[in-house]
Amino acid sequence: MIEVRDLQVRYGGRLVADVPQLDVGAGECVAIVGESGSGKSTTLLTLLGLTPDAEISGHVRVCGVDVLTASPRALREIRGARAALVMQSPQAALAPATRLGTLMSRALKLHGREKVDQAKALEAVLLDPGILRRYPHEVSGGQAQRFAIALAIALGAEVILADEPTSALDVTVQAEVAGVLRGLRAERDLALLLVSHDLALVSTIADRVLVMKDGAVVESGRAAEVLAEPSHPYTRELLEALP
Amino acid sequence: MTDVQPLRRTLPRIPDRFAAFGALLIVLIVLAALLAPWLAPYPLDEPRPLERLQPPDAAHWFGTDQVGRDVLTRILYGGRTSLLIAGAVLGVSAVFGVALGVVAGYAGGLLRDLIMRITDVFLAFPALLLSLALAVVLQPSVNTVILAIAVTWWPWYARLSASVAASIATRPYVDAARCLGVPAPLIILRHVLPNSLTPVLVQLSLDAGGVILTSAALSYLGLGAQEPTAEWGLMVQQGQTLFTTNWWVVTFPGLAILLTAFAFNVLGEGLRNALDPRRAVK
Repeated sequence: MIEVRDLQVRYGGRLVADVPQLDVGAGECVAIVGESGSGKSTTLLTLLGLTPDAEISGHVRVCGVDVLTASPRALREIRGARAALVMQSPQAALAPATRLGTLMSRALKLHGREKVDQAKALEAVLLDPGILRRYPHEVSGGQAQRFAIALAIALGAEVILADEPTSALDVTVQAEVAGVLRGLRAERDLALLLVSHDLALVSTIADRVLVMKDGAVVESGRAAEVLAEPSHPYTRELLEALP
Repeated sequence: MTDVQPLRRTLPRIPDRFAAFGALLIVLIVLAALLAPWLAPYPLDEPRPLERLQPPDAAHWFGTDQVGRDVLTRILYGGRTSLLIAGAVLGVSAVFGVALGVVAGYAGGLLRDLIMRITDVFLAFPALLLSLALAVVLQPSVNTVILAIAVTWWPWYARLSASVAASIATRPYVDAARCLGVPAPLIILRHVLPNSLTPVLVQLSLDAGGVILTSAALSYLGLGAQEPTAEWGLMVQQGQTLFTTNWWVVTFPGLAILLTAFAFNVLGEGLRNALDPRRAVK
């Protein structure tokens, strides 16, 4: 579902992300880990063509569409409908003066999916349909994050890109959101690309891991192996930093 | 036990009280202007040469002018003209300026540069000077005043809303909308515009006084409303030579301008304090 080759992203000549290879298939979960500024979020945004000011080289295919050469119209069709982004700060990502129900209806209408059962999508992330009557400031961070995931499901996303989906949440809520993501991946054969510095989360959900530092991929491989026997010193540092 | 709470609680309310005071004044001024035909003690245009330049008394509270018209009556009617000008100028400026500004702020890049440079050209002219030039070229009238002031006023709204929109455009919910594939015009309409309006609202109320002053200045210079239209600036102009002998002819319209400009400024200042989270006292 996601296929990246020789991707290099530069801002003003400075290389901020260099990813030689990244593949995520249906039903698979890949995590990019690394500290802030390591280029992991930039990589994620590039996959949806959301880095307009950057100079990008390489090949990026998402759901069969070449993101780097696609027309704005083609990009809009993938965004949301086929590849959904779940953001770090869930409440800030919801328009403040709009009820969640209105947000969802508008998003569905935009992609011609008015007939989708909203309640069912909410059920999949363990949310009560009553939440649709609330405003973003009236829901908790965990609820907002699960709502964002429900939205992706309702829109029929095949790929979910999650940028630090749990870092703004309480520990108990983190587990809840991680559980939802894990469940969906299995049930719906979703391709899940996760960006996180939360190695605990990564170890419970990811099949494969890419470790990034200063824009470069320093280590990659099966999650269990990388986390159990890290070969790169930086990965060891990350692991030692775990509480 | 003495409780410090009351004082701390009243502090943040002070700005709101100011705003409420300004709003109350404005409501009174607007009502007075709207109800002029019923409130005014005399008909609008009824010169009574025998009663010219009467000082304020029980029959003419604010006295009469040089052709014997009741000053209070003309002030009440004059409020209609001034408020109409302020409303029209700000309406046109805000709609035009905000529309351009929001697009410029959201789009950024070349489009923003283009729109903002055009805006800068208009900003480069001193407002009163450009209004003067326009008012001279066109026939002096209330409509000319509205057009002349609006031409010099909209760039401020374009600039203000462009900077606000640019900051809104980087909010996560706008990114989220983009990630959902929402087309740019819809993002602007649904997210950027509604969330950019607060500072515009504050600016509108702060500006209303300025517009009334500017329109009074243009009328005072003979480039705006023409006799026999009742307009405050025009009344001041016509009464100025009488200031030392018949002070009431010029003083009361002048006070009306002052009071209205003051009321709008107080409301604007209060709104700014009430709506700006950085200034709010917790």
